[in-house]
Amino acid sequence: MSATEERSATRRHVREGCGRRVVVVGYGPAAHRLVEALTGNGFDGTVTVLGEEPRPAYDRVALTSYLAGRTAEDLAYPAPAGVTARVGTRVTAIDREGRTVVTASGEAVPYDVLVLATGSAPFVPAVPGSDLPGCFAYRTIDDLDAIREAARGGGPGVVVGGGLLGLEAADALRGLGLDTHVVEMSDRLLPRQVDEGGGAVLRNHIEALGLTVHTGAGVRAVEAGPDGRAARLVKPDGEAVEARVVVFSAGVRPRDELARGCGLAVGERGGVVVDSGMRTSDPHIYAVGECALAAGMVYGLAGPCLAQAEVAADRILGGAATFEGADLSTRLKLLGVEVAQFGATSGALDVTYMDPVAGVYKKLFVSDDARTLLGGICVGDAAPYDTLRPFVGRDLPGAPSDLLFAGAGGDGIDLPDDALVCSCNNVTRGRVRAAIAEHGLTDVRGVKECTRAGTTCGSCVPALGRMLAESGVDTGRALCEHFAYGRAELFDIVRVRGIMTFSRLIAEHGTGRGCDVCKPVVASILASLGNGHILDGEQAALQDTNDHFLANIQKNGTYSVVPRIPGGEITPERLIVIGEVARDFGLYTKITGGQRIDLLGARVEQLPAIWKRLVDAGFESGHAYGKALRTVKSCVGSTWCRYGVQDSVALAIALELRYRGLRAPHKLKSAVSGCARECAEARSKDFGVIATERGWNLYVGGNGGFTPRHADLLAADLPTEELVRLIDRFLMFYIRTADRLQRTSAWLESLDGGLGRLREVIVEDSLGICADLDAQMERHVAGYADEWRATLEDPERLRRFVGFVNAPGTPDPSIEFETERDQIKPVLIPLEAVSR
Amino acid sequence: MSVLQQSPAAAAGERAWTPVCRYADLSPDRGAAALVGRRQIALFRTFDGRLYAIGNRDPYSGAYVMARGIVGSRGQEPTVASPMHKQVFSLASGVSLDDPATAVPTYPVRVVDGTVEVGLDRAA
Ligand SMILES: Cc1cc2nc3c(=O)[nH]c(=O)nc-3n(C[C@H](O)[C@H](O)[C@H](O)COP(=O)(O)OP(=O)(O)OC[C@H]3O[C@@H](n4cnc5c(N)ncnc54)[C@H](O)[C@@H]3O)c2cc1C
Repeated sequence: MSATEERSATRRHVREGCGRRVVVVGYGPAAHRLVEALTGNGFDGTVTVLGEEPRPAYDRVALTSYLAGRTAEDLAYPAPAGVTARVGTRVTAIDREGRTVVTASGEAVPYDVLVLATGSAPFVPAVPGSDLPGCFAYRTIDDLDAIREAARGGGPGVVVGGGLLGLEAADALRGLGLDTHVVEMSDRLLPRQVDEGGGAVLRNHIEALGLTVHTGAGVRAVEAGPDGRAARLVKPDGEAVEARVVVFSAGVRPRDELARGCGLAVGERGGVVVDSGMRTSDPHIYAVGECALAAGMVYGLAGPCLAQAEVAADRILGGAATFEGADLSTRLKLLGVEVAQFGATSGALDVTYMDPVAGVYKKLFVSDDARTLLGGICVGDAAPYDTLRPFVGRDLPGAPSDLLFAGAGGDGIDLPDDALVCSCNNVTRGRVRAAIAEHGLTDVRGVKECTRAGTTCGSCVPALGRMLAESGVDTGRALCEHFAYGRAELFDIVRVRGIMTFSRLIAEHGTGRGCDVCKPVVASILASLGNGHILDGEQAALQDTNDHFLANIQKNGTYSVVPRIPGGEITPERLIVIGEVARDFGLYTKITGGQRIDLLGARVEQLPAIWKRLVDAGFESGHAYGKALRTVKSCVGSTWCRYGVQDSVALAIALELRYRGLRAPHKLKSAVSGCARECAEARSKDFGVIATERGWNLYVGGNGGFTPRHADLLAADLPTEELVRLIDRFLMFYIRTADRLQRTSAWLESLDGGLGRLREVIVEDSLGICADLDAQMERHVAGYADEWRATLEDPERLRRFVGFVNAPGTPDPSIEFETERDQIKPVLIPLEAVSR
Repeated sequence: MSVLQQSPAAAAGERAWTPVCRYADLSPDRGAAALVGRRQIALFRTFDGRLYAIGNRDPYSGAYVMARGIVGSRGQEPTVASPMHKQVFSLASGVSLDDPATAVPTYPVRVVDGTVEVGLDRAA
């Protein structure tokens, strides 16, 4: 919290005189959700969070993506405003009588309401050697840093535990290049989710990926090598498994030690006992998340933990929300295998389908009269999960054996109105159908807003899309088969939920693995929201080839290079550098319509060397390859021109530097003319500025190209500062709400209420979002970095700029040039000359 | 550990396995080109760790660019889209999913001790 925020919070407190002090112990996902739910609902007291980890709360569910290149900042949740968060602060005791908690440094922090959100600790069996260097848990970013460090030398790695987390850890070790083993006590993998048959199919999948699975095996000891580090794991039968890295993932235990220490009721097998309002045996203390024993059990999944946090927040705010337990059904992909389980994991009768060749196992449990569905298990194909989960506890809609083949679309199965579609928020199909009809809903976002279905884990979102389609709604907004949303809706999801990876977005809000339509859209959204270099971590794999290589692909597979020349102004020295680079690399050279210079014919492996020469001379990327700002063209303006009334060059340069690198639904072009003669052709641009005697006229939504359109006058005679603010908002509003590949001209025409509406939103702030739009643009401007330079400085990013992985220096033999008008020109290989 | 993943054998006949790179050199859901003899091969490592090898030449444009396409899925099929004009091909069969008459060749690929190997018929 900033000093001013702190002051204003104190002022509020004094003025209203009723603010209470809430102290939260633990700063994980549950604590974060609680704090968000408090501050977002007008809580007027003070909130202090004390967390033991050295960083604010982050998305633990996505922890593994950290090893794939996401940074701690990527995983961090946005910090809620007006909250004092103290990291690296462990609480060691609670003084219930004095209503204070004591930290490790001996400081006492007073509370009126205390919330325990301490989560759980990995269970490490007390066998000899389990604390040797080289033995790790798998729960925090620090754990992963340590594992990554230890895995640097390669070698064998062992995961103890073959449950959900264990398999995730095993995948991580494999990703770090270790020869990975999994040791599981039970006779199969995922003993809590699947039965023997499912376990066998899963095992086949996993062994095919090169992992070694030891079931029915525990750990007797971990033995050290001569260097004193873990060297092997010994199973109870005496067999040893070589292991440089040992990860314990053998279950978790609720961290209830603070509660025990101050005499709160705890469960027999651990967990702080709470009532349905998440209150412990002391009415001033709540417990939420994995440390709480709620509705008879300790929940180890994020969904229920977050629901509990919301209930506690509501109670603190004076509400009466309750937590009545949650469904533990799971559907996920582990090591590339779909696994799903819903309802009961046993029953009087069962129907099984198994295809060991395809690696598919499906089983349904039914009542002894074979009429009621009790539960199911799927491995390798989880399609029945969506269609059949709503039938748990009710009459089967068809013969069990047919149901096993029910397609992903639930074809031919008529689901009853009282079947749950969203179990996180208890929403039935009937409720969704009624909402669609009553409110004339046309998209998933509407359904979510109206019913809350799909707003928590998101796994029912595809089902919501299908229900819209069934109701006769044209879901043409769907981006592609992977997302039932249009671009604007996806933008909101990413923004509001703070999603920072494609993996998480598609897992929670889509299906499948994405494609050339949705991946670049998501890449652009992530970039618009300021998520770092576009070639980092997982983002790299989302980019179109142009963005991927920061250059434009040409018909023979070579690329063009376009340095930025802001406003079209260039010194003779720099012009000479461009000429020299073009000459030295033998590039075809042409002046573009946007007042800059295009260098064509570069091979992938030449790009870094070309950029290096340009960057050293002070150039940067011109983003000619991106759906981003291209150029701000200008005339010479009042400095030289007899007619000019304003300095159009200076403004064009300022605008180009302000918006450079800004990712948008489509490319953005701009121009500034120094007088009404309009030599810069500003009215054919997405945003164009024309000088007047008194300031600037701003035109928006112009276009050249395929469907030319003259830009509309949005505001006249603006001073520069106001002009810039309006452009900021125009661009951000466009970026938030336009469809994929929709230029500003088409967007403006599709905007309900057109130009008038645009004025209401960005001039009069009718939606109350202008402050947000301004802040978002400020973040963009502050976060800008040249993508070429950043690539040159990072060996990891440079790695992909090779022609062939096995012959990095060899030029692609298929690329040939001939000469025309003294420059190169591609020789195209005739199509029929290449045999398949 | 030895063989990690092996595609089903294609045609009979003798096959030469050529090591091309380390498994770790490949990024998830992205391709890389390799030069084996005179042949250009596009290698892909998908999100689930599987490997695929197809011809690097885009049959629609004639350019050797398939390795630079976007990887994804259509239904259950793992796919790559040509970076030139976005035609989508199955990584498993090489067939164009929009135009089954067009296909790129596929090659067997395996990992031996962390090294990716591509199999080509000796005659090739
Ligand atoms: C690798 C991994 C993958 C997962 N994947 C999934 C998944 O796919 N789906 C799913 O639903 N769930 C998943 N989970 C589980 C999910 O992350 C947890 O359910 C969730 O994190 C619980 O949140 P929490 O806030 O209750 O506890 P935690 O996340 O454990 O946070 C508790 C925090 O409190 C701190 N703390 C504890 N004691 C003190 C103290 N005395 N003083 C100060 N601070 C203290 C801890 O250091 C910790 O930072 C996964 C977990 C892991 C580790």
